[in-house]
Amino acid sequence: MSLIYRLASRNLLHDRLRFIATVVGIVFSIVLVTVQLGLYLGFGRTVTTMIDHASADLWVMPIGTKCFEDPSLLDERKRFQALSINGVAQAIPVIIGFADWQIPAGGTTPVFIVGSDLRAGGLLPWNLVEGSLDALAIPGAVAVDRSYFNRLGISGIGSTAEIREQKVEVRAVTRGIRSFTTTPYVFTTADRARAYTGVSPSKITYLLVRVAPGVDVDSVRRRLKDNLTDVDVLTPTEFRDRSSSFWLFDTGAGFALFAGALLGMIVGTVIVAQTLYSSTKDHLNEFATLRAMGSSRTYIHKVIICQALISAVIGFVLATVIGLAVVAATADTALPIVMTPALTFGLFAATVVMCVISAIAAIVQVTRIDPSMVFTR
Amino acid sequence: MTEHVIEAVDVVKFLGKGAGQVQALKGVSLALRGGELTLLMGPSGSGKTTLLSILGCMMAPSGGTVRVGGRCAEGAGPEELAKLRREHVGFIFQSYHLFPTLTAADNVRLALDVRGENSARAVTKAKEALAMVGLAHKNNAYPLELSGGEQQRVAVARAIVGKPSAILADEPTAALDGENGIAIMTLLAEIAKDPAHGVLVVAHDPRILRFANRVVHIEDGRIVGEERRDAGVKQDEGDGVIHDQVEKHDRAEK
Repeated sequence: MSLIYRLASRNLLHDRLRFIATVVGIVFSIVLVTVQLGLYLGFGRTVTTMIDHASADLWVMPIGTKCFEDPSLLDERKRFQALSINGVAQAIPVIIGFADWQIPAGGTTPVFIVGSDLRAGGLLPWNLVEGSLDALAIPGAVAVDRSYFNRLGISGIGSTAEIREQKVEVRAVTRGIRSFTTTPYVFTTADRARAYTGVSPSKITYLLVRVAPGVDVDSVRRRLKDNLTDVDVLTPTEFRDRSSSFWLFDTGAGFALFAGALLGMIVGTVIVAQTLYSSTKDHLNEFATLRAMGSSRTYIHKVIICQALISAVIGFVLATVIGLAVVAATADTALPIVMTPALTFGLFAATVVMCVISAIAAIVQVTRIDPSMVFTR
Repeated sequence: MTEHVIEAVDVVKFLGKGAGQVQALKGVSLALRGGELTLLMGPSGSGKTTLLSILGCMMAPSGGTVRVGGRCAEGAGPEELAKLRREHVGFIFQSYHLFPTLTAADNVRLALDVRGENSARAVTKAKEALAMVGLAHKNNAYPLELSGGEQQRVAVARAIVGKPSAILADEPTAALDGENGIAIMTLLAEIAKDPAHGVLVVAHDPRILRFANRVVHIEDGRIVGEERRDAGVKQDEGDGVIHDQVEKHDRAEK
């Protein structure tokens, strides 16, 4: 075993209470950063979940549409114009909008209607656990997520309610389709979505364009832009980025999450720096002895950085275990905390950087050390 | 004639700044030869420790020249001085300065580790050095598990393991009882028999005079006297293995 590692680990463990305080500080800091960044990722995924589950090569939408939930409308004639463009195989209308769900036991709750063409697909409910997509063809049939049963005042398949004084019946149940706004999604056909939201029969919210096999998507996109006025034509990736950007940055939510993460990093850095500094101060005599023995400054810096890295690894492992528990606990909530391999790797790198930065004060202290002090102590 | 392992010529050293500045050394010249144990004696405040710091390249002189292992220390920066120390000087301190969290063997190995010697051979060398000072059975003991005399022997092993040309000891017997003090001086006198090593011991205790080949007296920052002596301790002829001397001491203690 390297003597540098041995010296570093024993310096740390020499005062166990202080070491435990350091590790707790790192764990607190990294769990805070994990939660904030995990929320950021979870939020980013949730706000684009509809885009991610739509089956389209291109999205056509009113110009300036900021996100999927934007209720701006297109004239349905644009659908036929799009279909006339060379390379367009399908142009599927999607209608979205808010509506009031009349709870059977009394009262109302807002819901978010998503209507699409059942035969063509486009944007249909996924993760079905009960019922079927075909059942949505039945007049008044809707699909809802089982996590919203209480909110909607229903018990499952066959439950009925009213939207805009029209009877609806739950014919399909999904799992895990949750909205970050906490407003339940209600899936239905395009026509009934118009009826439930009050959208005019000549209007639609989106056109989901499918390109004919073998045709270049970019060329179709250019033709759509050239031939349709007052529309944006975006790829799913572009629309996803635009939606994420709106919800995460234009609303300030993302900045708040990043600020929380940054605060966590600062707290962690200060705690580790304070510990390393006081540990170095306690062992100043030993560092002076090392220096008197002719060790280079680099050797001593390695001991201190090794102390920082040992703290980082132990703190990170514990924080990751807690982070995974938090991820599991929030998996079925409206805003799940997401942990990806990239985030885990990034957090490890951040922990190491944080601990190494924390070592600077201690390094400055030993850099100034006078080896001849060993004669006076 | 044995070569000088350290040589100081007209060394001047000012300590402090402004009105509080004092001249600790006032033109000291001293040469340390291999195969010789030199005692540096003088009252408190005479400049002994300052001279030791300068000879050991821990401190740069304000004037004069210092050559260590044939290399001039003049104008050297902190890192160059550290390099001279690790290549040419071994230190023994009054209060041992062992690392409490490391075993005796690791304390000794540390002197090799700072020189970049960290192979399995370094472990063997450290154990050999401990055996030389009679502590082969204490390899895995921590400093707190050792007596004062044993701790100082570990410090001696640490000082000699890298085979430095100069071994500088600052009052190595001051914290020890008479018996252990004699044992440590016996060790140092044995080490000084090797022409590859020159040993300089700063001391107050006149009882250790008999171990010296030469005694240098310093007062008020100046060398005021120097006498050559034959090392008075009578030891076995032959290989002069230090271990034998220490074992005798240990037996006497029992």
